[in-house]
Formats: sequence, structure tokens, C-alpha cells
Amino acid sequence: MNSITLTIDGKLISAPGDQTILEAARENDIHIPTLCNLEGISAVGACRVCLVEVSGSNRLAPSCLTKVAEGMQVQTATDRLREYRKMIVELLFAERNHICSVCVANGNCELQDLAVTVGMDHVRYEYQYPSCSVDVTHKEFGVDHNRCILCTRCVRVCDEVEGAHTWDVSGRGMQSRVITDLNQPWGTATSCTSCGKCVQACPTGALFRQGSTVAEMKKDRELLDFLMTAREKKQWIG
Amino acid sequence: MQRIVIDPVSRIEGHAKISIHLNEKGEVSEARFHVAEFRGFERFCVGRPFWEMAGLSARICGICPVSHLMASAKAGDQIMAVRIPPAANKLRRLMNLGQILQSHALSFFHLSAPDFLLGWDSDPAKRNVFGLIAANPELARAGIRLRQFGQEIIEHLGGKKIHPAWAVPGGVRVGLSVASREHLQGWLPEARTTTFQALELFKSYLDNHPEEIDNFGNFLSLFMGLVTPDGLWEHHDGVLRFVDSNGRVVADGIEASRYQEVIGESVETWSYLKSPYYKPFGYPRGMYRVGPLARLNICTRIGVPLADKELIEFRQRAGGIAISSFYYHYARLIEMVAALEFIEQLLADPDMHSDRLRAEAGINQLEGVGVSEAPRGTLFHHYQVDKDGMLQKVNLIIATGQNNLPMHRTVTQIAQRYIKGTTIPEGMLNRVEAGIRAFDPCLSCSTHAYGQMPLKIQLFNAEGTLVDEVSRS
Repeated sequence: MNSITLTIDGKLISAPGDQTILEAARENDIHIPTLCNLEGISAVGACRVCLVEVSGSNRLAPSCLTKVAEGMQVQTATDRLREYRKMIVELLFAERNHICSVCVANGNCELQDLAVTVGMDHVRYEYQYPSCSVDVTHKEFGVDHNRCILCTRCVRVCDEVEGAHTWDVSGRGMQSRVITDLNQPWGTATSCTSCGKCVQACPTGALFRQGSTVAEMKKDRELLDFLMTAREKKQWIG
Repeated sequence: MQRIVIDPVSRIEGHAKISIHLNEKGEVSEARFHVAEFRGFERFCVGRPFWEMAGLSARICGICPVSHLMASAKAGDQIMAVRIPPAANKLRRLMNLGQILQSHALSFFHLSAPDFLLGWDSDPAKRNVFGLIAANPELARAGIRLRQFGQEIIEHLGGKKIHPAWAVPGGVRVGLSVASREHLQGWLPEARTTTFQALELFKSYLDNHPEEIDNFGNFLSLFMGLVTPDGLWEHHDGVLRFVDSNGRVVADGIEASRYQEVIGESVETWSYLKSPYYKPFGYPRGMYRVGPLARLNICTRIGVPLADKELIEFRQRAGGIAISSFYYHYARLIEMVAALEFIEQLLADPDMHSDRLRAEAGINQLEGVGVSEAPRGTLFHHYQVDKDGMLQKVNLIIATGQNNLPMHRTVTQIAQRYIKGTTIPEGMLNRVEAGIRAFDPCLSCSTHAYGQMPLKIQLFNAEGTLVDEVSRS
């Protein structure tokens, strides 16, 4: 792949032509906040937190999906972007019932960390307080839809890494929910291998290990990194 | 008929008002203590996994989160059907003692001492902890530091002073570090000095104020609390005991899980607070008191030397069973002495540093009752779960609720004694409020009635005549 040159935040960089703006930025130590993105699985641009400005276009582009191009000029941290990112995080908080103080992921939550990063000090939007269920029918894990942000990491990691495709998304808009098999209790989903990758991939406390109490659900990202690296390098294929 | 309203009641934890009803002659016919806030944990915790409850219910209160943590974790132990590691039990006891100590210190120094030391009729603008600091800075500082000591016990175990999610179904998360133990042990002598200083101060106050003893909630009732199986003072495990005002044991050795056999719950239209009563005696005759006064009245002795010595004097002064609610303050101070002695014993125990602290198990029972002595009295958490551990029913019986009937009796008695006619000095109203303060109620803890609350709406016209009334029950 040919190298192309572009500028990100005024810094002239070169990158392989098949890279995304996010990948190129990360290789050059330019931090773009992300949420639904998880290295090793496909990008879907669901959360819009990684939006950037590209000169010549008034549209904001999700850096996780937008490929670099020759002569491209990218801004990652303008006032407009900062404001939009904050709005996006506030909307996520307003959409479901995120109560950090009693959450299993308190202190180990990517949504919470992001709220701090973007400087969210309150939520300007009306809380929706949807009625969401909790499913603890699985023998080891549970899903609390109150804390789900529909990033679909669970769906992707289950499909692309484990190959089970137990998780998917049902419904539209406010009614969207991640579901197991044919929208049945997780404990009855026969395709689930109980590998737990979804739990480790989940950025919030939506997927958790049963028995976890407040702030006890630490996600083991190293396990996922290990699996994904091994898979990429075909380490287990003899 | 005239009605005087004290709203809000000051220097208590939570929001409440008192209404005093006068008859045509200007005499007090009745006084009512209304709890005006509503929390509703019994309802909205339904549908959560039971193992979250310890952390969730700790949020009920910033003053006594530990009490809820303990009762909830114990209910969780029962659902898992485990006996927790002995070290975990000792550590839970240590934290609960820290809780009792800090809450009692708050009640005495911050909330009630201004009345004793500055006077019932002193300027209300200064009759508070700041006035106390101005008048007696040494005592105020020592009192604040005593509370801090209790808070630090909680912090050194649970990582933070307020709402530590440290006790969990099956045990506790972490033990005490050696550095923390040494830090707390080093603080003990100062804490003990302050406690005895306050105790002596209060005893000399009692010597000179017999009127308060006679009039501040001085009536017959039952007393209830936990005791050890052989009848000693208890704050965490043990069995329930009811004692009447003559010292007769009415019921004894009742396992907490059988509480519904002895405790009934009634509701009144004018308060969010439930009114529990001793079932065999019916409502309202089954009125009982809980908390420091009850705990000292029901036990044979405390089981530590300094506190036992004080208990003997307490009983001599009260003439046996202490029936005046004004003795709550005295009982609280003696419990602080006891707490410090037990804390000293526990800190010297090598199990403080154990790493075997948490039993693991699934859902082995669908029902669990956890009971613990909160600073204000016996606290019950009763859960029912489905086979996956999701809460189906939550019933909380809070210490303050159990003192609901006695608090009514107390405010009525004080109002009848001090309020005559229509011109009422502020200091008189303060005495009525102080009747409530003696119980150290925590209202944010206590208003969770499950289901539809009975409610009464009264409509008055401009002349104050009742024109309509709607009731829901």
C-alpha cells in the first residue's frame, strides 16, 4: 500500500493509504476519544465520539471509518468537536439509566471515563428514564440494559472473534436492545459458548459477571488483546 | 381548635414537621410527628440482582450507610446460605462499631449538646454546633474528632467514609492493613478521653435537670433489640429480645428471620413513616422502643468492664429499667464507651489482617432476612428473590420507624407540659423538637413503604373551616 501524506491538527504525517484517520492519529500519538471502537474487531461508527473535521467538507467524519487521503487536512479537537462530543456523551447518559454510584463498573467504565475526558459536568437533556430489564438467567453473566449504550462491541466480538453470533440488536430508536439468539433469555440462548468475551468487551457495566457488587466489575481487556493478537498473527494455526 | 406547626424540625437527620393541636381552652390535645419525605427503596430495588443490594441500600443514608450495608449483606448471606469466614464477621463488627461511634458522636456533639450546654431558651441562631464551637471550642473540637475517629474506621476498611460498598453477600472485600490498625490504635486513648468527658458532663447535667427526665418521653413501653444468646449487649449478630418497663422479658431468643411473628407494621394517614408494633400486644398497645436506650434496657450486661461499670450506674440512676426517653442521650454515651472497648479488642485480633474474607455461592435460598443494630436501633432487611437472584420483594424495617409511636408519645407529653395558650416562646417549641432529637431519628432511612401509601387530603377555606376531605387507604 502506498504511503500518503496528510496533516492532523497541523502535524504533517504519512500513513499507509488503507488506514483510517483514527489509526493514523494513534500511530502518531494524537489522541481522538472513542467509545464503540475496539481494536481487533470491525469499526461501525455507532457512537460518533471520534468525529473529526476534514477541510473542504462541512460534514463531520467518524475517524474510525474514514480512510486517510492524500493532502487531507484533519482537525481532531476544535471547539465545535469538543462541544459535539460533550453533547453525544450527555445524550448517552440521558437515554438510559446510568447511576454510576451504584454501578458494578463504577471506576472501571469507559463511558464514565469519557464523561470526565470531555468535561461533562451535568446533562443538559431531559433524562428519558426508560423501563429496561435486567437478565441474569445465564449461569455466569448478566446484562443490564439500563447501562447499555448500544455500542455493539458485544455483537461484534461474539460474531467476529468467538464466531458464535449470539448477540444482535433488535428494535429501532429508543426501543433498540442488544439481544441473545432470537430475543430470548440469555440462559436459554443455545448458541452462547459462555466464553465471556462480550463481558470483557463491554465498555460499561451493561454486561457483568454475576455476583459483582458496586465497582467490582473490572474488564479484562488484556485477555481480549491477547486473543485478538493471537488471531491476527495466526499464532495457533500449526 | 388551634394548630401550631414546627416545620422543619431542626437538628435531626431528614425532613419532618410537628403539629400541635390545641383545644378551646388553649391546652394541648395532641401532638403529631409527621415525616414529610419519601424514599421508596422498597419499591425501586425490586428487579435488581440481590448482590447489588448492599451497595444500593447503603445509599439510603449518608449518616448510617454502614448499617444498611450490614443488614443487606447479611440478608445476602442467607440467600447464598453461607456462613461467612470468621475474620469477615469480625471485620464487619469492627465497621459497625465505627458506625455506631461516629453516629452517636454526631447525635451528641453536633445535634443535641447545643441544647444542654447553651440552654433550651438560648438564641436559636446560635443554638447549634457553631454556637457550641464559639462557647466551648475544646469540647466541640474533641467531639468532631471523635466522630472522625469512627468515620476513619469505616474509611480504613471500606475505602471511603460514606457509602463504602465493602460488605458483600458472603463476607467483606478486604481486611485491615497493618498501617491502618496502628493508626486507629494510636487514636483510641484520645477517643476514650473525649467520650468520658462527654459522659461526665451529661451525668452532671442529669443531676441538675430532673424535669427533663420526668417530662421528655417518660412513659411505659416495651423495649426491643438484639442480645447475644446468653443475653449480653449485641450489635451485629444475636437474637431478638423484648423487655417491658418492669424489666420482664416478654419474648426472647427470637431468630431475626422470624421477625414477622413478633413485629406488625401499621400505617397512619399523616406520615410516610410506618409504625411497627409488637404483634402479640396489637396496635398501638404493642408500642416498643429501639436504639441505645432499648439495648441497655434489654441486656443483662454489656460484656466489657468500663461500659459495664457505667451500665450499673445508669440503672441506679434510672431506678432499674430506664423509661424516660431523655435517657437516650445517656445510653448513647455509654454505648460509645462500649464501642471503644470492643474496637480495642478487635484491633488486637490477628484476624483483622486475614485474607480469607469472602464465601462464594449461588442462590441457595429464595428468601433472606438480615438484621443489624444500627445506631438508632434494630434494622431489618428482608428480601425475596427468584431462582436467578432477582429481587421480587423488599421489606425494610428501619430503627427510626420502630420509634415512631414512642416519638408521638414523647412530643405529646412535652407539648402538654410546656405549651399553654396561644403565646408560645420559641424555647418551648425547642423542647418539643428536642423530644424528637433524643431518639436521634434518621428519616431519610425510614420512609420506604411498599405499595400504595394511605393518604389524607384536607381542604380548608379562608376561615380555616374544613370543607372537604379525601382519604385513600
